[in-house]
Amino acid sequence: MSILGYNGGAMVAMKGDKCVSIAADKRFGIQAQTITCDFKKVFDMGPRLYVGLPGLATDVQTVMEKLRFRKNLYELKENRTMTPEVFGAMLSSMLYEKRFGPFFVEPVIAGLHPTTHEPFICNMDLIGCINQPDDFVVGGTASAQLYGMCEALWEPNLGPEDLFETTAQALINAFDRDAISGWGATVYIIEKDKVTVRDIKTRMD
Amino acid sequence: MSLSELCGMSDFDDKINSEYRGDLNTFCGNFTNNLELGVPPFSNPAKNFASVSKDEFGREIKIQFDHGTTTLGFMYQGGVVLAVDSRATGGQFIGSQTMKKIVEINDFLLGTLAGGAADCVYWDRVLAKQCRMYELRNRERISVAAASKLMSNMVYNYKGMGLSMGMMLAGWDKRGPQLYYIDSEGTRTPGKVFSVGSGSIYAFGVLDSGYKWDLTDEEAYDLGRRSIYHATHRDAYSGGIVRVYHMKNTGWVHIDNTDCMELHYKYQDEKLQKSNEIATK
Repeated sequence: MSILGYNGGAMVAMKGDKCVSIAADKRFGIQAQTITCDFKKVFDMGPRLYVGLPGLATDVQTVMEKLRFRKNLYELKENRTMTPEVFGAMLSSMLYEKRFGPFFVEPVIAGLHPTTHEPFICNMDLIGCINQPDDFVVGGTASAQLYGMCEALWEPNLGPEDLFETTAQALINAFDRDAISGWGATVYIIEKDKVTVRDIKTRMD
Repeated sequence: MSLSELCGMSDFDDKINSEYRGDLNTFCGNFTNNLELGVPPFSNPAKNFASVSKDEFGREIKIQFDHGTTTLGFMYQGGVVLAVDSRATGGQFIGSQTMKKIVEINDFLLGTLAGGAADCVYWDRVLAKQCRMYELRNRERISVAAASKLMSNMVYNYKGMGLSMGMMLAGWDKRGPQLYYIDSEGTRTPGKVFSVGSGSIYAFGVLDSGYKWDLTDEEAYDLGRRSIYHATHRDAYSGGIVRVYHMKNTGWVHIDNTDCMELHYKYQDEKLQKSNEIATK
């Protein structure tokens, strides 16, 4: 088994009408053994900017802290908030810096532009190749199942409530077909003037 | 004079018999004898089989068939209780959440499956046939000891060739309730408490702490259910629904099937209620 699937985890982000969503499961396990069901994988990097880091749990936390440090440094130096595009580029080059000894994470970014509020989503592989489609991005051990679910459920211009339902259903039904992700899930809906965080009830096996 | 004779094909029937019978035996061996599986063309398959399990670079060729299970069985004052999960996984992928891992061999014999799903299903079916044949020949049901020995002898013939199964046989015969553990390595042993599969370590944790001989029926079912539930919660390769069976002197009874999700939230509520009671005291 690949080291990317050592701890398990599933993640998805979707674009909606003037909003974006990002959702992840809550399992932290070591191969087949589930250790805890409240592991955080999605982090806020600004009021309307979130990054999800599926992959090796130790690298999830290291990359998150390095990112936060670099983003804060940028904002203090430049005296302006970082846009999701710049954040993506920064993360990408940070990952490529470790081209020959990578961090085992496949990041997912979701956010709104700080001034224009334009929705933004992207994901990348573990050495920073950015993929920026205009519908949805997925990551983690259930990514094949997630692609299937998103391809079937996603439609353009979903409002925040519908986007929540679509994201939640896509995630739940995808990780119910994956042995090493699930055990609870959190969905973030990011809008211009509020972010809604919902923990959803799922199967616990 | 028939057409075949006119054409000089008087041996037509013979041809069918000789050629096709031959083909039938060569290509469909287990039609006529289901103990006989096709083996790779080596002089000593059991010894030389390992050579095809590696590729030209010496890397292990891994066949990922359905795997991962929690099953348990225990004897108590009221007979034997069997409880199993229902998940079938191929690698990390969940192939099924509704697999039947208890096989009803006859009214007084139950078998559980763990390990390679296909291995277990096939050999349990062969065992079911043999038990029925015994019953017809001898006008009495086969003992659990004999049935388990049939099984272990059958799989022992393929030892070292990659069969993977760990099963329990529960039954009630002339000598009373019986429980045996049999696996593809050739182990066959009677006992009171067993748990088999990737989740067995978790199941044993609950089962051993709650087990006594004097359990009532309801307590026994609940213990089996709880043990499987806790295993499904911790073990990624176990899950789905918990099936509970009871072997009585009148034959087996299927107690119930409960979804693990339902059990999780039920047990969570019970735990919450208990801690609230303690807090208010």
